[in-house]
Amino acid sequence: MEIEFLFWDGCPSHPEARQLLDDVLAARGLDVEVHVREVFTQAEAEELRFPGSPTIRVDGRDVDSEGSTARPALNCRIYHRPDGRPSPVPTREQLEAALP
Amino acid sequence: MTIALATEAPVFDLPGVDGRQHSLDDYADKPALAVVWSCNHCPYVQAWEGRMIALQREFGDRGLALVAISSNDADNYPEDSFEAMKAHAAEQGFNFDYLYDEDQSVLNAYGAERTPEVFLFDAERRLVYHGAIDDSRDEEGVTQEYLKDAIEAVLAGEEPTVGDTPPVGCTVKRKS
Repeated sequence: MEIEFLFWDGCPSHPEARQLLDDVLAARGLDVEVHVREVFTQAEAEELRFPGSPTIRVDGRDVDSEGSTARPALNCRIYHRPDGRPSPVPTREQLEAALP
Repeated sequence: MTIALATEAPVFDLPGVDGRQHSLDDYADKPALAVVWSCNHCPYVQAWEGRMIALQREFGDRGLALVAISSNDADNYPEDSFEAMKAHAAEQGFNFDYLYDEDQSVLNAYGAERTPEVFLFDAERRLVYHGAIDDSRDEEGVTQEYLKDAIEAVLAGEEPTVGDTPPVGCTVKRKS
């Protein structure tokens, strides 16, 4: 299993998202290396199909398929909680569902 | 650089999503003026918008004018274009003015860096509170209502207990 964690430092949500990802992996007992990559430029964002920070992919699949097709950009990514409220980080449930 | 506490409010005269121009002088009769840097596309702003509406609803009759300003570069962030701002304000039912600072001159005058970022001015238009709306983007996690407490103080003719907190949110998208 390969996990990619892409972030842009201009958005403050990535430490919280990384902690949540680590918590979910630990709760599952998964000892997996997370490949972290910082995105610096718009050109990189387009090359990496980076729809905002943070973006987390498991075996190439975005943990939030709905938001994965947004325009590549250096911005904070919008996730949605189960009740529809916006959030700058994915939900625990989204991360759990993305893991095997 | 962000303006310091006690600084007089920098002037502005900007178009609003309601089709009218709005200047600082238009709010001269309001004893409290909260200028909030905002935008459409930021999830932090979206998480706090409901509380901005609630504050204007709660304090509007007592003399608060909450004014949101977006300065984001709409060329690189088309979700923040003036037309998109109009649509967003209508969708969310904004009960406050939402203004567009296209040339970023007002942004430069205030020195805002984040969205959302609050500048609360008293009746003399001195800056008495700057920073975050409260201490949690999740409404259920709020323990400190910085802006609400500061508005209460201003409307009571007092100095807010807390004058400055770090704003938490997206960066303002400056033109390159």
